[in-house]
Amino acid sequence: MPIIFDHVTYTYAPETAYKKVALNDVSFEVKEGEFLAVVGHTGSGKSTMVQHMNGLEKATEGHVYFHGQDIYDKDFDMKELRTRVGMVFQYPEHQLFETTVLADVCFGPLNQGLEKKEATARAYEALLMTGMKEEQFLLSPFELSGGQKRRVAIAGVLAMKPEVIILDEPTAGLDPKGRDDILDMLKEMHEKTGNTVVLVSHSMEDVATYADRMIVMNKGQVFCQGTPKEVFAHADELSKIGLGAPSVSLLMDDLKASGMNVETGAITVEEAKDAILKMLNKNV
Amino acid sequence: MFKDITLGQYYPADSVLHKLDPRVKLFGTLIYIICLFSFKGPIGIAIILGFLAAVIILSKVPFKFMVKGLRGIVFLVIFAGLINLFMTNGDIIWEWKKLHITRQGLDNCILMTTRMVLLIVGSSVMTLTTTPNSLTDGLEKSMKPLNKIKIPVHDISMMMSIALRFIPILTEETEKIQKAQMARGAEFDGKNIIKKVKAMIPLLVPLFVSAFRRANDLALAMEARCYNGGEGRTKMHPLRYVKSDVVAYVILWIFLALVIAARILWVKVLA
Repeated sequence: MPIIFDHVTYTYAPETAYKKVALNDVSFEVKEGEFLAVVGHTGSGKSTMVQHMNGLEKATEGHVYFHGQDIYDKDFDMKELRTRVGMVFQYPEHQLFETTVLADVCFGPLNQGLEKKEATARAYEALLMTGMKEEQFLLSPFELSGGQKRRVAIAGVLAMKPEVIILDEPTAGLDPKGRDDILDMLKEMHEKTGNTVVLVSHSMEDVATYADRMIVMNKGQVFCQGTPKEVFAHADELSKIGLGAPSVSLLMDDLKASGMNVETGAITVEEAKDAILKMLNKNV
Repeated sequence: MFKDITLGQYYPADSVLHKLDPRVKLFGTLIYIICLFSFKGPIGIAIILGFLAAVIILSKVPFKFMVKGLRGIVFLVIFAGLINLFMTNGDIIWEWKKLHITRQGLDNCILMTTRMVLLIVGSSVMTLTTTPNSLTDGLEKSMKPLNKIKIPVHDISMMMSIALRFIPILTEETEKIQKAQMARGAEFDGKNIIKKVKAMIPLLVPLFVSAFRRANDLALAMEARCYNGGEGRTKMHPLRYVKSDVVAYVILWIFLALVIAARILWVKVLA
């Protein structure tokens, strides 16, 4: 269990007029090597929660354990935690600052104390992994397109070779093609390296396609967790908190309701296609 | 790190003071400052303290927020107090080598520090009960006559409100950038000054980029809505005096009159 949350509560701006409980008694585990998705509405506390995973926010109450160690212990090395639990923020504009793409990706490894050569080698590798082309390495990061900036930002974290990589809505504001590219790249990287991936998202389709397990957040609390199939089986409860199952599951439910003899419970387009074909074959 | 910025420290509450016209509050603060620097004698200070206490109670803002503003000037108050205490000439009441305290020095020291503390607490009542936006609105309207001598009052107040509006946005942005860089192993709390300055680069570059982008977007949005200065522009919530504002003005004038009367009385008593 790389990361365990034990009754974590986080109060934003306590002792002021703007006091707000962002996380309320949150407990769960992140399992070794899984692809975990965190979903929830805007303001449900999902971003705040993942920022506790590498100690960027400190819980007001409760504990966070990393490999069995309490990260709030006095002698715990926060800097090392941050190199082992990498985090990519929503907007790449928030971290790109160097004159070239390559130099920017080197920032993390250099902070880890690596030699310039080693850092450059890692940056190279990470950039290629995220699908950047070599001729772009010496461009200014500000000349890139939105999707490319996103890739460079992800590479900047990958270059530190973290065990756990957290991505806070890495596809926000991208077109469908760019979104699929980034997520496919992540999945491929996940399968190749066996890293633990935590993906914050509010696209149910993405979660259904890519995640092994998911946690649903609502109003600062864990609403439910399980495999996407298990969670989406309760589409009614999800719709009560303003979330929905993927459109294909809803479509399958509608088909069933209109009298067609299809199996419901499909959560990806592939599964839906199989179920429909099965039904058609039976009828023929 | 950035949470201690006190500008725009508005505290939302439902009180008479919050509802007052910002012009009244601006004028009231001015009167209050005049009183602070012109009072003489125990009756004068008693009137001022009473007035301040009444205003604080009326504002429904917890007292600890008023005192918060003092934290920044503690050093200044102590320094001014000490200078006054030791550097004033007059009747010596205590002496040790080259240091000496005079009666006049002691008086000045007490007067000076009380004034500064009361000044900060009093003016924070205004900023705590008025949103920065209505404050600039109030300033714009009060300064309108300056238009006649070719001072671009509207432009200045527009710049002020935009600047004020951007403070929380940029603060939030700075925090986000800081987190993003900390996630990549950057450290902002080093002891070495050169390292500290160098550590600011990954913070400042994205901040400037985003500030320029935001300024650009805002200019575009304003132009798209045909903004062309204050000429003929109307307000969504124009400032209008209501009954409670008139009452407040009357109370303020009485307050000023009382303090002046107390001063004259005290001078006569001394004479």
